[in-house]
Amino acid sequence: MSARKLSLALAALLTSVAAPALAQDIAITNATVVIGDGSAPIAGGTVVVRSGKVVAAGAGVAVPAGIRTIDAGGKWVTPGLVVAITDLGLVDVEAVDESNDGNSGKSPFSAALDIAPAINPVAQPIAISRAAGVTRAAVAPLDTGAIFGGQGAIIDLGADNQAVTQPRAFQYVDLGETGARRAGGSRVAVHAVLRNALIEARELARRGGGTGADPRLADTAPERPGDALLNRFDAAALIPVVAGRQPLYVRAERAADIRIALALKTDFPALKLVIVGATEGWMAARDLAASGVPVLATPLNDLPASFEQLGATQSNVGRMAAAGVKVALGAFFDQPRHAPQYAGNLVGLTKVPGATGLSWDKAFAAISSVPAEIIGQGDKFGSLKPGRAGDVVIWDGDPLEAGSGVTQVFIDGVEQPLSNRQTRLRDRYQTPTEGALPKAYDW
Amino acid sequence: MKKLHRPLLVAAACALVMGGAGPGLAKDAKDKDKDKKESSAAVKAAREFNKDPYPSSYRVYPGAATALVGATVFDGKGGRIERGTVLFRDGKVVALGGADLPVPEGYQRVDATGKFVTPGIIDAHSHLGDYPSPGVEAHSDGNEATAPTTPEVWAEHSVWPQDPGFTRAMANGGVTALHVLPGSANLMGGRGVTLKNVPARTVQGMKFPAAPYTLKMACGENPKRVYGSKGRAPSTRMGNFAYNRATWLKAQDYRRKRDEGKLESRDLAMETLAGVLEGEILIQNHCYRADEMALVLDMAKEFGYKVATFHHAVEAYKIGDLLKASDTCSAVWADWWGFKMEAYDAIPENAGLLYKAGACVVIHSDDENGIQRLNQEAAKAQGDARRAGVDISDAEVVRWLTLNPAKAVGIDQLTGSLDAGKAADVVLWNGNPLSNYSRPEKVWVDGALLFDSGNPKHRPVTDFELGQPGEGDVK
Repeated sequence: MSARKLSLALAALLTSVAAPALAQDIAITNATVVIGDGSAPIAGGTVVVRSGKVVAAGAGVAVPAGIRTIDAGGKWVTPGLVVAITDLGLVDVEAVDESNDGNSGKSPFSAALDIAPAINPVAQPIAISRAAGVTRAAVAPLDTGAIFGGQGAIIDLGADNQAVTQPRAFQYVDLGETGARRAGGSRVAVHAVLRNALIEARELARRGGGTGADPRLADTAPERPGDALLNRFDAAALIPVVAGRQPLYVRAERAADIRIALALKTDFPALKLVIVGATEGWMAARDLAASGVPVLATPLNDLPASFEQLGATQSNVGRMAAAGVKVALGAFFDQPRHAPQYAGNLVGLTKVPGATGLSWDKAFAAISSVPAEIIGQGDKFGSLKPGRAGDVVIWDGDPLEAGSGVTQVFIDGVEQPLSNRQTRLRDRYQTPTEGALPKAYDW
Repeated sequence: MKKLHRPLLVAAACALVMGGAGPGLAKDAKDKDKDKKESSAAVKAAREFNKDPYPSSYRVYPGAATALVGATVFDGKGGRIERGTVLFRDGKVVALGGADLPVPEGYQRVDATGKFVTPGIIDAHSHLGDYPSPGVEAHSDGNEATAPTTPEVWAEHSVWPQDPGFTRAMANGGVTALHVLPGSANLMGGRGVTLKNVPARTVQGMKFPAAPYTLKMACGENPKRVYGSKGRAPSTRMGNFAYNRATWLKAQDYRRKRDEGKLESRDLAMETLAGVLEGEILIQNHCYRADEMALVLDMAKEFGYKVATFHHAVEAYKIGDLLKASDTCSAVWADWWGFKMEAYDAIPENAGLLYKAGACVVIHSDDENGIQRLNQEAAKAQGDARRAGVDISDAEVVRWLTLNPAKAVGIDQLTGSLDAGKAADVVLWNGNPLSNYSRPEKVWVDGALLFDSGNPKHRPVTDFELGQPGEGDVK
């Protein structure tokens, strides 16, 4: 092993057990700088990060004296990618049940579930996504026995022991076919279950229940009507939702389901909705735009994979954006590191007659600042605007292009190790045959 | 957890009797002559059966003699020509050359300056038609998961030609041929079928003429999970092998008896396996782990057959030397990883390290979405290889999508490269295909223009999509 590899491996080991490294002040010069807010890349730009935060990025930025300087040699420098609705940190191996905390199907709780304590900051999927430039994620519980998945968290992907930056950041509910199955077999059942839940939460709040920092654990809750369907914790967990203090992420694919979700605000005006999935969003784009409700869209669905996705088209995101909907790429339910490929495809669509895609600038924003804004973190990260976290990625090529890769990643100004099991296996098997000793000694 | 010792071989033998020739009933003496006659007819039937009872009815669609002029051409076998000219007519490639290749009279000239040409993309691993969209339970036709070995089932008998996935594979992926396999629930899942990606009313209308049959086999977790969870064999990897070996012994026996004229009836399962032993039917083996692939290669030697291709093969990079020596292709994803235990050692450099070892690399999809972006998957693998110190030219990488998958499924004499005389399966891309930004502009199958991004009438719409939201949309 080369000295460089060894030191990187040691760095990985140390950061995984020691306190987080201190943020370093850095200036990255001679870069093609992507701010991430939808503006055009800036050639010959500079990014300055101090005390873990971006202080300046763009052309004509002065490099402070005495600061570590990285000459990017013209390479692309972007904010870290933000992927909303993942299972990062909840799962080691999806099909190995014991390692998969994304499924709580047999739990007696639903809305009260809080995924934050289950996040494993050193899970391999986090390390692998980090090495691909993903620095922040919204992690959601998806599988419960009920329409509510529970409360998701915002995490960073830094190589340290503190991943969760905001627990209980949102509540997740499924109003489509999956929710229908869980509610009792149909959409008819979903809507009764959902309305009842929100009303029970509102009623519990009116009776003075569920107050306190973490209302789920309040033991001073008053008596509830005898016909309450939700258990106490689940009802309490929905109080901040119905009061508009915690966003409600609604999984809906069919245009009609999206419209019904938007209509919830008639009876529950404080709801802060985010639509997740939205395969047929283009068919409800005017309603979405008028409501101001943003969308975390599955990017490239173009097959009628189910009867709630009959109108699927890859132009969905572009058409929604053109109609004025705030839309980010997310909810693709495979590896977060595919985000740039999805974004690149939306750029590719702009060359296809009759299709609607996104410009490169908007496509990049759809995997950085826009998802950050939709998950309520736009003032904290997702772009290289001054004051945002020092989440910076240096690429060896156009970040949205298939063959490009990441050369350096900073999170909160801390340079991150990019090694993981995959890179270690790659290095071990550069030559597949055994050498003087068995492979097991090559590490 | 306590493991039950399952009576493996007993169970295997029992299951095999089901598929074998049944014992004859006791006969009266007066029936003997009649029996003899019938028996010899049966023997004949068992030996001289129709090997192609559901023949291809595919007919080449009309196409004009066409000259693509000025493009960067990847020939599919590792070559690249700048400002190339591709000539095809009557369904066949006529010539491939540089700017100096004259365009004969009577050819429609397509100015392809600044664009790219490849042979049609071929997916060596698809379930389109067998698991069509919409993916409802009623459409789940890819796994006959009722017995561990079902070599008697044929994937073509499940293919729904109206699967909208076929059209997306062409429009977005430039796919002109695909190999549809049964799923991997079974050790021997049944025969695969190679299709032309042409809309048709029947599966016969899609069948690739003269393509060999294949047999899907599966290693590892899936068969042992599916059957172990039913409380029957196989429930372990060693059970998988015992069951396979017992089945191959049966097939060897069947073949010997057939050749000796001792069979009294046909056996669909054994006919498939005998076809494998005779080299007519190609083995397509789902297998993730390196150690299991090595065992499968020895099993193939033990029984005298060849593994054409390992599918998924996420650990192929660990045994590139063995795969090269056995001339076995590996059909892999670019970067699928970690979704099941046997995929835990997948790395994005798998294709690149295999290439470095001199083994045959195929990029496959196994997915109705991935089949639309095989070109991008290959480009990702190329980039990961480059960062690992393995530089691979674009033209070689295009081979992973064209000639190599053609070889993997046994149609490399017919398509997969732009050699004169081969099928004019051609894609004109609006940019370098190894890019997230590029899409097919035109796609020809056997010289017939079947997709044209600039002409809405050259955009196929399946029966299922008629009258539905977005009918005829660009998708």
